[in-house]
Amino acid sequence: MTQAKAIEVQSVSKHFGAYQALKSVSFHIGSNEFFTMLGPSGCGKTTLLRMLAGFESPDTGSILLNGQEVVSIPPHKRRVNTVFQSYALFPHMTLEQNVAYGLENLGWEKGRIKARVGEMLERVHMSAMARRKPAQLSGGQRQRIALARALAPEPEVLLLDEPLSALDLKLRQAMRDELRTLQRDTGITFVFVTHDQEEALDMSDRIAVLGGGEVQQIGTPTEIYEEPVNRFVADFVGETNFLDIEVLETLGGQATIRTPFGLDITVPATGSAAKGRATLSVRPEKINLGNQAQGITFEGRVTNKNYMGGYTHYTLDVAGTELRASRRNASREGDTIPLGATVPVGFVAGSARVLAA
Amino acid sequence: MTDSALHAPAGLERAPRARFWHDLSFWGLLPSRLLMGFALILPIFIIAAVSVATRGAYGGFTWDFNLAGYSQILFNEGWTGELEFTPQYLLIIGRTFLLAGATTLICLLFAVPVAYFISRQPASRKAVLVYLVTLPFWVSMILRVYAWMIILGKDGTLPSLLEQLGFPAGMSFMFNDGATLTAMVYTAMPLMVLPVFASIEKLDGTLIEASHDLYGDRWVTLRRVILPLTAPGLVAGAILVFVPALGAVLEPTLMGGGKQMMMGSLIQLQFGGGRNWPFGAAIAMTLMALVMLFLIATALRAARREVRP
Repeated sequence: MTQAKAIEVQSVSKHFGAYQALKSVSFHIGSNEFFTMLGPSGCGKTTLLRMLAGFESPDTGSILLNGQEVVSIPPHKRRVNTVFQSYALFPHMTLEQNVAYGLENLGWEKGRIKARVGEMLERVHMSAMARRKPAQLSGGQRQRIALARALAPEPEVLLLDEPLSALDLKLRQAMRDELRTLQRDTGITFVFVTHDQEEALDMSDRIAVLGGGEVQQIGTPTEIYEEPVNRFVADFVGETNFLDIEVLETLGGQATIRTPFGLDITVPATGSAAKGRATLSVRPEKINLGNQAQGITFEGRVTNKNYMGGYTHYTLDVAGTELRASRRNASREGDTIPLGATVPVGFVAGSARVLAA
Repeated sequence: MTDSALHAPAGLERAPRARFWHDLSFWGLLPSRLLMGFALILPIFIIAAVSVATRGAYGGFTWDFNLAGYSQILFNEGWTGELEFTPQYLLIIGRTFLLAGATTLICLLFAVPVAYFISRQPASRKAVLVYLVTLPFWVSMILRVYAWMIILGKDGTLPSLLEQLGFPAGMSFMFNDGATLTAMVYTAMPLMVLPVFASIEKLDGTLIEASHDLYGDRWVTLRRVILPLTAPGLVAGAILVFVPALGAVLEPTLMGGGKQMMMGSLIQLQFGGGRNWPFGAAIAMTLMALVMLFLIATALRAARREVRP
């Protein structure tokens, strides 16, 4: 990528007492990028975000904002704004006053502040409630005001700390689209923190999957989902089947493996998959059943099924190994494979990945 | 059978039980009622009565209705019985409010940063610091005021320290309003720090972070976020400091030298050496009335703030 770097994180590490929250983390975030830090709780993503905001400082390493070292710069001097998980709206101020707060501190003149506040409230569809206080708002409305307040000062980077986690499901879906639109329209770099892989895949230009205080993988949503580099990423992002396999031979990005149910096949491998024991990851929706089975095919017996409406999840027994497959119910009669039936099972070699064990 | 006939037995059954609870609350509350009655309300009535009694020739008083105690606050009675306006007691009342007000302000100025600092500490250190703030309460107030006399007085700690630094010898900081104020601020400080700390502690820390995030430096954050949100604690602390400060006796007597009087020391003087109980009682009633007015005004302001959306 040749685009300008809005943020560079270089060998950043952080301890909290004996607990190592970050172990020498390095990556960069491009300008105008919607960048997501994804990981389970305790993976270090929130610590990283707080470092970008200036609330924490790294033990070692440096953080560059548009090429400038910011580790020693306090939060109120960084052109970075945060949307807090709890929104952190000032309860004693009206919505207007909340949105104007950052502008006033930046020393904007009154007329310009008024115009900008009006514009921001308009943008998040909250103009009618400008004089209300945060306590009188619903969760979704608070979320909008928090966004308006953080975007009003035209920051170089907007940080979002799990901003959707407190909303109900329907609202969350709507806010995802709204956030994405807002990011495209403003052209501001968004750094989004979440533990929800679906949110990350849906909204991001690029995702950094964090685990155990380290960056596990950085890539586009498709790369993260389709080409996970290790077991952690494959497991955390989406559903998958892990098969214990033996690598017989590796050549370029390909590996010839032996599966537990006795097949010798050639599939894509990531990194330096050495000969010997390894793991094969195959996502359930990549495994096709019955007349849809294609690619590498074998037989399996349906031991359990969960009808989900649009999909049916099957659990299969393939020569003593358990495999999960999901099948789209493309027609009304789509869900026709009965429990206990033995059916053809298949997947395309290119959709599986060999991971280090 | 009618409804009332049906319910009558149940009602009869319930009545004794209700009376039992009523009796229990009456007898249960009796000790505190007696305490309040004898220790608080009765003395106030006695003082109120004394304030309108007549001064006895050799101290004490007689139960003859007389407003001389009150008129004495404003007027001097001449030899021939004519009343002449005198500002001296008004000045004392004014001084009292000034000193109590100054005490409150200075306490606020010190207590807010101290409380803020304590609230930012890890929990274990927090407990120790709060304990340290309350530590002076463990020592008798008289001793604490005497300690200040040792620090500020002639040949005291501070003057000798200054002498070492080249200032003229024999300086004394005692027996003036500054000394009185110092001791008053010192004795009242914990009463301010504790409620202020409690309200700062309740403050959501992410609001402070949000303020910093939105380009607010420490000062802006204090003025626009911390102070408005901790106002209830500040008001509570101010009342706890201001009201007792109005009645201060020890500080003006020991530190101020007893010549620059405050209302408290004036009252004490009337019941003691002055032997003018009705006058002392009248000043006490006046002080109480002023405090009541102040508290009512504060409560009304707080109520108005609550009503506002």
